[in-house]
Amino acid sequence: MSLISLSQVEAGYGGASILNGVDLELNAGEIGVIVGPNGAGKSTMLKAMFGLVKISQGTVIFDGEDITNLAPENLSRRGIAFVPQENNVFRTLTVHENLEMGAYVRRDDYSALLDRVYDIFPPLKAKRNQPAGELSGGQRQMVAVGRALMIEPRLILLDEPTAGLSPLFMSEIFDRILAINATGVTVAMVEQNARQALAIAHKGFVLAQGRNRFTDSGSALLADPEVAKSFLGG
Amino acid sequence: MNELIFFVNKGLVGGLVIGSIYALGAVGVTLIFGILRFAHFAHGDVMTAGAFFAYALAALLTAFGFSAPLPLAILLLPVVMAATAVFAIGIDRVFYEPLRARGARPVVLVMASIGVTLMLQGLIRLIGGTGARDMYLNAPKAIYRIPTGFRDIVITQPQVILIALTIASVVALHLFLTRSRLGKAMRAVSDNPDLARVTGISLKTVTKATWIIGGSLAALAGTMLAMDVTLKPDLAYNILLPIFAATILGGIGQPYGAVAGGYLVGLSETLAVFNFSVLLRPLQPILPASWEIPANLSFVPTEYRLVVPFFILVVVLIYRPTGIFKGRVF
Ligand SMILES: Nc1ncnc2c1ncn2[C@@H]1O[C@H](COP(=O)(O)OP(=O)(O)OP(=O)(O)O)[C@@H](O)[C@H]1O
Ligand SMILES: [Mg+2]
Repeated sequence: MSLISLSQVEAGYGGASILNGVDLELNAGEIGVIVGPNGAGKSTMLKAMFGLVKISQGTVIFDGEDITNLAPENLSRRGIAFVPQENNVFRTLTVHENLEMGAYVRRDDYSALLDRVYDIFPPLKAKRNQPAGELSGGQRQMVAVGRALMIEPRLILLDEPTAGLSPLFMSEIFDRILAINATGVTVAMVEQNARQALAIAHKGFVLAQGRNRFTDSGSALLADPEVAKSFLGG
Repeated sequence: MNELIFFVNKGLVGGLVIGSIYALGAVGVTLIFGILRFAHFAHGDVMTAGAFFAYALAALLTAFGFSAPLPLAILLLPVVMAATAVFAIGIDRVFYEPLRARGARPVVLVMASIGVTLMLQGLIRLIGGTGARDMYLNAPKAIYRIPTGFRDIVITQPQVILIALTIASVVALHLFLTRSRLGKAMRAVSDNPDLARVTGISLKTVTKATWIIGGSLAALAGTMLAMDVTLKPDLAYNILLPIFAATILGGIGQPYGAVAGGYLVGLSETLAVFNFSVLLRPLQPILPASWEIPANLSFVPTEYRLVVPFFILVVVLIYRPTGIFKGRVF
């Protein structure tokens, strides 16, 4: 059974409609990658899953329950975590405080979990008392993802986790995402670095103008000459 | 030496006292700005309201024949601070929260807070009259003289208590913001409200904490200011400008900056009106006869005291609009 599924979702900001009936379906434990040109509505799709834009048509089902238009707090409690595309760390808070804020909604002892997050992102351990704003771009992304992991999500929504990173850092982040996925976390990720992302994806979704253009396994999309020509830069 | 102690009494003590008042006010203004993103112009009147709560409670207890070795207004501070915190939350609930819920822009909230100022000023006059009141209902204002072998250092009881409580409040605030879950959440909201929402931090709780801190510190400042001078309806409205100068000087949204800004503005104000010829007079014998030290050597005449924070404000806004502590702490 699918963990998350969007069917014919329409959403937008104020008047303008951005998503014109998109579908997405991921089974538990899968990595799904959403690619497409700038302004296609990729970020809006993640925001729609996290209750940050109003869905006017269609439904979002998570773990068999209708979660359409539920508030972010409610979705966190159900085990969905979201890492925004920009401004995704508290710059003036230390790395450690960022992670603690990730666990804000928890009332239990989460120190073992903190250790686990530091194990996933070893560079953060040495910088734990440094303000997150002083870190390099790659390490900031680690803080952002680490913060989201603090609710022990079943589904993590990542918006361009490798944006602006050097190739070295990029593969480092993709490695970490694979490691997180290996612990059973379902990943829905938007990526500009489409080839590398599709290479680790179970499923790929090519979006254009708020609609699904291609949907297939990651490797099938990479092999499709039409996808390659229009969306992967030839 | 006598002259130096005169300087300590008139310049330094005065500056620290008014600086403490400004610091306590500016911390509230800066926290409210950091969390709710608007300049709270009614903050001065929250201070005055706090002082009136203290007076009313002390008068009530005195009427019931209650007495104590310390002035009742000081003993009642915890109660008064709590009451003013509730009062501040109430103002937010009634006036600001409905606006925020409708997505009002910050400038609308600023205007609303000016409205709240006018309303509070009217209410305070309506209930308490327009005259000045003495806060010492049961015990007189104690004055301490610290002998130095020369002239005594003179400081009053409310001044000592004010400075001590200000330091204690700043330390407590620091520990709260850096150690507690809620304090860190306040910093997170101030840093990045959108991310705070995504993270599940409750803006309601953080907003309430902000008014509790702002309101109780305003009550402390207002009550102690009224005890240092007298209780008047325009007690704190008149010091709104220096409080905003201190806030901006320290970098809006930065509580430690606000404290430093408060003391800087307070000390510069007192030193600017201080008559420095008193300090120079002992040098007269060694100066050539033609160099007569003038009778008054202050930077600014006392009546123009309020010009000092205004001047600081203008200079900061022109040369360093982000405040002197940009990029630090909060
Ligand atoms: N907060 C907003 N208010 C109004 N319009 C918005 C808002 N955010 C995005 N849009 C518009 O919605 C459309 C889709 O934006 P979205 O951010 O979903 O695109 P995207 O596919 O993530 O693009 P990118 O690759 O640039 O991140 C764009 O035309 C954008 O201008
Ligand atoms: Mg985007």
